Amino acid sequence: MIEFESLEKGQVIGSHTVQVNRADLVRYAGASGDFNPIHWNERFAKEVELPSVIAHGMFTMGSVIDLVSQWVGNPGAIIDYQTRFTKPVVVEDPEGTTISVEGKVGALDSEARTARIDLAVSAHDSKVLLKCQAVVQL
Amino acid sequence: MGINPDLVGRIYPAGESYQVGREKIREFAKATKAANQAHYDVQAARELGYSDVVAPPTFAIIIAQRADAQLIADPASGIDFSRVVHADQRFTHHRPIVAGDELLAELYVDQVREMGAGAMITTRAEITTVAGEKIATTVSSLLVRAED
Repeated sequence: MIEFESLEKGQVIGSHTVQVNRADLVRYAGASGDFNPIHWNERFAKEVELPSVIAHGMFTMGSVIDLVSQWVGNPGAIIDYQTRFTKPVVVEDPEGTTISVEGKVGALDSEARTARIDLAVSAHDSKVLLKCQAVVQL
Repeated sequence: MGINPDLVGRIYPAGESYQVGREKIREFAKATKAANQAHYDVQAARELGYSDVVAPPTFAIIIAQRADAQLIADPASGIDFSRVVHADQRFTHHRPIVAGDELLAELYVDQVREMGAGAMITTRAEITTVAGEKIATTVSSLLVRAED
């Protein structure tokens, strides 16, 4: 259990990496129902002027939040989660891509007893999510 | 090719309800590489006080995108799905989604604006149980890229 009083702004809660390959994108397409071909069909992706197949923004957003779920122990404690998708995560075959995430305490609200966790998410050495923030009820 | 600005303020009523299944939560958790056991193990979820496995924080996208599909399919919207890029996303959970929930989503078009040669549309899905309990609010902005 995380004690609200033990937290400090700027504190790192942890870091994690997520491997993603084409099979992972097909699996995510099936699980989510988002079958946009830019996420699995390289020919199609290139036809619409993308560099190659790109990960669903929601795959990236969905996979990096587990860091917070595991830290807090209870995924239901995440009451708000938002991000802006700034750069596509290109997923080449067969090598795939590594997404890395680090979480920090961005803000604390002692009245509501919530902590805002700011996630820094990058792939190919650049930030792929901006203002990626989860609010946790403690 | 833009987006019809008259869409702002439009409300798409909830369609058929969405039955949240235990296996669907497990499948979605696996697909997003979640490790937390409360998504998979009923006992682990019960120890946290839930009646069944808990959906990952982005699970509601399934329901929100079903609601969005009505808008994309609406010939009045002018949206070419093949040119849609997800620009931003927010989930506000009034309570966690658990297996066994039966949910409805009402879709609101909150904003349409020109972005260079393309356009951005912001939609909001208000997700409730069939009994009317508020579950989640999702806000999505989609950028429709211009054709060259």
